Amino acid sequence: MSPRAAWRFESLDFTDVYDFVPGKAAWLAMGWGREGTAAATPNVGELARRDVPVCRLGDTVGDARRELDESGYDFCLLTNEEGIFMGHLRGDALAGDPSELVDQAMEGGSTTVRPSEHVDALVKRMTKRGVKSIVVTDLKGKLIGALIREDAEKAVEAHQSDDH
Amino acid sequence: MPNDLEIDDVRDVLARDGAQLVEVLPAQEYEEEHLPGAISIPLKTLDESSVTKLNHDAPVIVYCHDYQ
Repeated sequence: MSPRAAWRFESLDFTDVYDFVPGKAAWLAMGWGREGTAAATPNVGELARRDVPVCRLGDTVGDARRELDESGYDFCLLTNEEGIFMGHLRGDALAGDPSELVDQAMEGGSTTVRPSEHVDALVKRMTKRGVKSIVVTDLKGKLIGALIREDAEKAVEAHQSDDH
Repeated sequence: MPNDLEIDDVRDVLARDGAQLVEVLPAQEYEEEHLPGAISIPLKTLDESSVTKLNHDAPVIVYCHDYQ
């Protein structure tokens, strides 16, 4: 649809026309903000906590433990130098040799969600699978934060009360 | 010829002086959710009369839902 629109604009004598090919879906999946009636209901990106502990590949387990001690969380997220989410550390991995690189100790393959995802459907999936938190990344895999199920449940309840 | 704009570049073009962001989806979809600052000109209504409010010499960035 947008290619036709872009050509139409050119035919109407607009001189500098761009077709944003990835469109609204991609923009929202980057978590770059939105307007409209749907914006009254928070999405995953708007509820994701940004203050979660983060370490870089190349840091040590001891570094991760220090990040954690100051935060109150029980997991540490790992990114590369570009901010791309690579994995996380939790449980026994955090109790290991403090000089070990997080690269070796991390769990990879974690499930991630996009910021544009609807919270109510995600909460149902998280509850069904016993998941307390989930990592939020943008369309390109860059870490945004973590959605805590408890936060999401409260938001869903608040929205349902508003509807009644 | 219109320029294709990818995700890495869209905000740079939007930051240009007078850039105009246009959603060409049906008005109902725009009402529900649109990009900040976008205006609605559904493709079906895109003609000389619907673009009178736009500046012909400033950048125009059009978008729909995704790769359609």
